[in-house]
Amino acid sequence: MDTTILLFLLQDGITNGAIYALLGLALVLVFAVTRVILIPQGEFVTFGALTYATLAAGKLPGTVWLAVLMGAIAFAFDLWSMRLSFRLAPLLRSVVLNLLLPLAILALTSAVVGPTNAIAMNVLLSLVIVAPLGPFLYRIVYQPMAEASVLTLLIASVGAHFALLGLGLVFFGAEGLRGPALSSASVTLGPVPISGQALAVYGVTTGLIVALWLFFGYTLYGKALRATAVNRIGARLAGIRTSLSGQLAFLLAAIIGAVSGILIVPITTIYYDTGFLIGLKGFVAAIIGGLVSYPLTALAAILVGCVEAFSSFYASNYKEAIVFTLLLPVLILRSLAAPAVEEEHD
Amino acid sequence: MSEPLLSVVRASVAYGNVEAVRSVSLDVGQNEIVTIIGANGAGKTTLLNAIIGIQRLKGGLTFGSRDLTTLEIEDRVATGLCLVPEHRELFGAMPVEDNLRLGGFRIKAAQSAATLEKVFALFPRLKERRRQLAGTLSGGEQQMLAMGRALMGHPRLLMLDEPSLGLAPRIAADIFRTVAELKRSGVSILLVEQNARAALQVADRAYVMELGEFILDGPADEVAADPRVAASYLGV
Amino acid sequence: MRRWPVLLFALAIAVIPFVPGMPPFWLVLLDNIGLAALVAIGLVILTGVGGLTSFGQAAFCGFGAYTTAVLTTSYGLSPWLTLPASLVVAGGAAVLLGLITVRLSGHYLPLGTIAWGISLYYIFGKVELLGRHDGISGIPPLMIGQIAFADPRAIYFIIWLAVIVAALLTMNLLDSRTGRAVRALRRGHVAAEAFGVPTAKMKLLVFIHAAVLAGLSGWLYAHFQRAVNPTPFGLNAGIEYLFIAVVGGAGYVWGAVLGAGVVTVLKEILQGALPALFNVQAQLETIVFGVLLVLLLQVAPGGLWPRLTALFPTRSPGGVGVVTDAEPLAARQKSDAAAGPLLEVQKARKQFGGVVAVNDVSFEVKAGEIVALIGPNGAGKSTMFNLITGVLPADGGQISTQGQRIDGATPQHIVRLGIARTFQHVKLVPDMTVLENVALGTHTRGHAGALASLFRLDRTDEARLLGEAVRQIERVGLADRMYQPAGSLPLGQQRIVEIARALCADPALLLLDEPAAGLRHMEKQNLAALLRQLRSDGMGVLLVEHDMGFVMELADRVTVLEFGTKIAEGVPDAIKNDPAVIEAYLGIAA
Repeated sequence: MDTTILLFLLQDGITNGAIYALLGLALVLVFAVTRVILIPQGEFVTFGALTYATLAAGKLPGTVWLAVLMGAIAFAFDLWSMRLSFRLAPLLRSVVLNLLLPLAILALTSAVVGPTNAIAMNVLLSLVIVAPLGPFLYRIVYQPMAEASVLTLLIASVGAHFALLGLGLVFFGAEGLRGPALSSASVTLGPVPISGQALAVYGVTTGLIVALWLFFGYTLYGKALRATAVNRIGARLAGIRTSLSGQLAFLLAAIIGAVSGILIVPITTIYYDTGFLIGLKGFVAAIIGGLVSYPLTALAAILVGCVEAFSSFYASNYKEAIVFTLLLPVLILRSLAAPAVEEEHD
Repeated sequence: MSEPLLSVVRASVAYGNVEAVRSVSLDVGQNEIVTIIGANGAGKTTLLNAIIGIQRLKGGLTFGSRDLTTLEIEDRVATGLCLVPEHRELFGAMPVEDNLRLGGFRIKAAQSAATLEKVFALFPRLKERRRQLAGTLSGGEQQMLAMGRALMGHPRLLMLDEPSLGLAPRIAADIFRTVAELKRSGVSILLVEQNARAALQVADRAYVMELGEFILDGPADEVAADPRVAASYLGV
Repeated sequence: MRRWPVLLFALAIAVIPFVPGMPPFWLVLLDNIGLAALVAIGLVILTGVGGLTSFGQAAFCGFGAYTTAVLTTSYGLSPWLTLPASLVVAGGAAVLLGLITVRLSGHYLPLGTIAWGISLYYIFGKVELLGRHDGISGIPPLMIGQIAFADPRAIYFIIWLAVIVAALLTMNLLDSRTGRAVRALRRGHVAAEAFGVPTAKMKLLVFIHAAVLAGLSGWLYAHFQRAVNPTPFGLNAGIEYLFIAVVGGAGYVWGAVLGAGVVTVLKEILQGALPALFNVQAQLETIVFGVLLVLLLQVAPGGLWPRLTALFPTRSPGGVGVVTDAEPLAARQKSDAAAGPLLEVQKARKQFGGVVAVNDVSFEVKAGEIVALIGPNGAGKSTMFNLITGVLPADGGQISTQGQRIDGATPQHIVRLGIARTFQHVKLVPDMTVLENVALGTHTRGHAGALASLFRLDRTDEARLLGEAVRQIERVGLADRMYQPAGSLPLGQQRIVEIARALCADPALLLLDEPAAGLRHMEKQNLAALLRQLRSDGMGVLLVEHDMGFVMELADRVTVLEFGTKIAEGVPDAIKNDPAVIEAYLGIAA
C-alpha cells in the first residue's frame, strides 16, 4: 500500500470517527444520566441531516410538523400526570414548551425558508427544529417508566427507534438526500487534499467537546446532570428533578445528533434509515468506553472510523461485519473488568 | 402542643405483598428532636424513605399543613423536608464543594453562597477538604457531608437515618452534638437510630418501633426508663 | 401441572384446518404464528426466566434455515436428514456465541447479542456459498413417503406439532432441578451459587435450548418458504421475536404462543389496513409497532399472558406432584472431629480500596456448637460470611473446614463440603413457591440433568429432592405456607424459608445472617428451639445477630467484631461484662 492511500484512508477514518465520537459521547451522557441506551440516537442524525438538506433545497422539512405532533403528545402526557395534583405554574410551563414552542418554530421556519438562505442560517434552523425532539422523546417514552430496569428501557428504545424510523420515512420519503458542504475551502497536507468539510467536522467536533466539558465542569446544571449520573437517589434528595436531568440529557443528545447529521450529509447520501447504522457505530465506541468514559469513547470512535475505512478498502464485503464483531472482544474485556455486581433488580 | 410540623397519620408501607410498616402515626413539632428507635428490620428506614417519597406511603402525610402524598421526592425537598439517608448517597466522584452546592440546587445562588459558609462553620473539616472527592472522605466526614448537603436545601425538618452507622464512638458523639446544635438553630429533627442510648439522650420525644409498628412513644426520658426498652435496646 | 388445557389447545389446533370455508390465507398466518412461537418459546426461557436478553435469536433461525438450504440444494440430502444437522449447527453456533455472551454482565449481554446479530446478518448476505443477498431457492418440501408437505395447509400440522412438543418439553425443563436453578439465575447469582448451581453452565444451557428451538423454526421456515435470504434473520427480526416474548409475557411458555399470535395478526392487519387508510406508501406499521411496544411497556410491562390467566382464576394447586414417601436422600457422613473443627478461620483479611473490612480475624466453630458473631453495623460480619462461603476472595489468611482449605474455593464447592448459609438481605425468588425455593437447596444432592428433565426421566430423583424440601419446611414450621409464592410471606418468615433451604443442603455447618430479625417473640422461641436441636444433632452453627437476648441465651461462645477487628471472644456472660464490648457495641455514652 502506498502512503497516499494510507493517508487517504486515515483521513476518511478520522472524519467518520469524529462523528462517531460525537454520537458516542451523547450515548454515554444519556446512559449515565437516565440509564437509557439510546438506540434512536441514529434517528436524530437522520433528522438533522435531512432537515438541513431539505432546508437547503428551500423546502419546509417534515420535522417541524413532527415537533408539533410530539409536543402535543408530550402535553397530553403532562396533563395526564397532573390529574392528581393540579397546579397552574407547571401547566403554563407545559403549554409554552410543548405547544407554543413547536408552533413558533413552525411559524419561524415557514416564514424564512427559501432556496437562497445562508448555510449558517439553515444549520441554525435545523438545530432549532431537531433539538426539542429530544426532550419530547424523553417525556413521552422514558419519563413514564423512569424507574424501570436498563433492560426494559432498552426494549422501549427499540420501540422508539422503530416509531421514529417510520416517521422519518413518512416525512422525508425513501429518497436519499445530500446537503451542501459547510465550507468549500480545501487545504493540501502533503500528498493528500483535505476538504473544507473534513476541516469543519474536526472543528465542530472539537468545539462541541470543549463546550460539553465546560458545561459539565463549570455550570450548576451541568453538575446536576453529572450528579444524577453518579447517584440518582442522592440527586433527587438534593432536589434535582430526574425528569429535568433526563430532558436536559436528551436535549443535548438531540443537538449532538443533529450536528452529526449536518456534518455528515454533505459527505454521504443520507436515507431515512441511514442514521441507525451510523448511530450504532457511535454505539460501538460508547461501549468500548464502557458507557462511562468520555475520553475513551472519543478515542474508540476514531478507532472505529479507521477500522471501517481500512476494512472497506481491503474487505469491503465484510466491512459492517468486521466493525460490529470488533465489539465482542471489547464486551468480554469489559465484563471481565466489571466488578461482579449482584443484579437485584429485574 | 401547637400545630405539628410533620404529621404522619395511620401510614402503611409495603414491599409487594409484605407490609413493612403497618398503620403508624407520628408527629414532629416545631423545633423538636424526635427519635425512632428499634432493631434492624423493624421498618424505621422504610418509614423515613416513605416520608421523603422513595417508597410509596398509604395514609396521611402533611408537612406544615401541606399534603405531601401526591408530591414527588424533589417537590417534598423543595417544601423544606430533607433526608440524610442511611447510605448517605453522596456524589462520590465529585468534590465536596460541588456536593454541597448541589444540595442547594433549588435555592437561589446568592442565598446558597451564604448557606455554604454556615455549613463550613458547622463542619470546618468540610471546608479543609472542599476540593477532595466525596468518595475519598472517611466515614465520619462523609456523614458530615451528607448532613451538610441536606442543610444546603434550607430544611425546616431534617430526617437523619442512622447517622452514627459505622462511625467510631468519638465521631458519633460529634454527630450527635451537631444534631443538638441544629435544633438550637431552629431546625427540627427526626432521628432514626439503632444506638438507642445516644438517640434518647439527645431527643425530646421518642417512638419505639417493632415489626413495623410503634409499640411505645412518649418523652425521651420516660421511654428510656421503660423496662422493655431498657432490656431490649439499652442492654441494661 | 394440569394437562387438559394443553390437550384442549392441541385439539383445537388440530381441528382448525378442517373447519369448512377456512381461507388458506389464515392457515399461512397460523403457520407464521407457529414459526414465531417456536423462537419465542426459546426466548421465554432465555430472557423471561433466565434473565438473558437476546436480540440475536433470528440469527439462529438463519443457521437452521441455511444449513438445510445448502445441504438439500447443493448436496441433495433429504430434509429429514438435515433436521439434526440444522439443530446441531444452531446449537453449535450457540455454544460458540454463548461461551462469549453468557460471560457478559449486565447490559453488556443484550448489547453483545446486537453486535453478533448484525455481524451474522451481514455475513449471511455476503457469503458465496449462501447465495449472498439473493439467498438460496429451490429448497425441496418435506416429504413423508410420497406425501409432500408443500402447501401451507400440509406443513401446518408439522409446524404446530413442533410448537406443542417444544412448549411441553420447555415446561418439563422448567419444572425440574435444572429448571429451579435456571429460575434462580435472574434474581442474581449469589444465592444460586451458594447452593451449588454452576451458573455459567446453566446460562449456556438455556442459551443452547433457545438456539435449538430457533434453529428448528428456521429449518421449518426453509421448507415452508422453499427459499431463504438474509432478511428474515437480521436484527429487526431478532427484535421482533423479543417483542413477541414481551407482549406475551416474558416468563410464560404459553405467553410466547399468545404473543406470536397477537403480533403476527397485528402486523398483517397493519400492513393491509394502514396504507389503504392513509394512502401513503410508507411503512406505517413500523410506526404503530414501535408505539405499541412503548405503550405496552408503560402500561403492562408484565405482558398479556398474566392478564389473560387472571381472567380465569384457578384453585391454587394444593400439594400436586410431591411424593413425600420417596426414598430419603443419603445424608452426609458425620463430621470427623479428628480432622479439625468445622470451621477454622485464621487471620482472615479483606480490604475494599483502602478500607480494611476484615482485619486478621481468627476464630473457630466446632461440631455441636453455636458461635455468635456480633458487633455494630458495618463491623465486617457479613463480609466475614462472604469470605467463608467463597462469595468474596480473602486478601489474606486461611479458612478451612475439617482440615481442608476453603479460602479461594468457589461457593459451589464450599456448599458441597457442608457449609450452607442464609443471607442478611433475603435472596429468595419471590414468584417461586416456598417449596421450589427450598428445593433449590437440594441442588447438590440431585443428579438428574437437563436432558432427563426435558423427557421427564428425572421423576425419581425429583421426588426425593422435593421430599427432602418438604421435610425441611415442616421442620422449620412453615408447612402451611409450602405452596405460596415466597415473596408473599412476611420478611421474618422469608428468613426462616432461607434456613429451610440451607438445611436442604445437608450442612455440617450452618451460617445464619440475622435469622431473628423481623420475627415475633414466639417465632424467635421456635427458632431458638430449632437451633438447639440442630446443635444436639452435632451441627455447628455460626450466627450473626443483633438481638442480644437471643444471642446470649443461645450461643456457646461469642466473637465480637468492631471495624473489622476482633475485640473480644468468650462465653456470653464474660462478653456481657467486657468493657471494650460495652463501649463498642452499646455506644458512646456507656
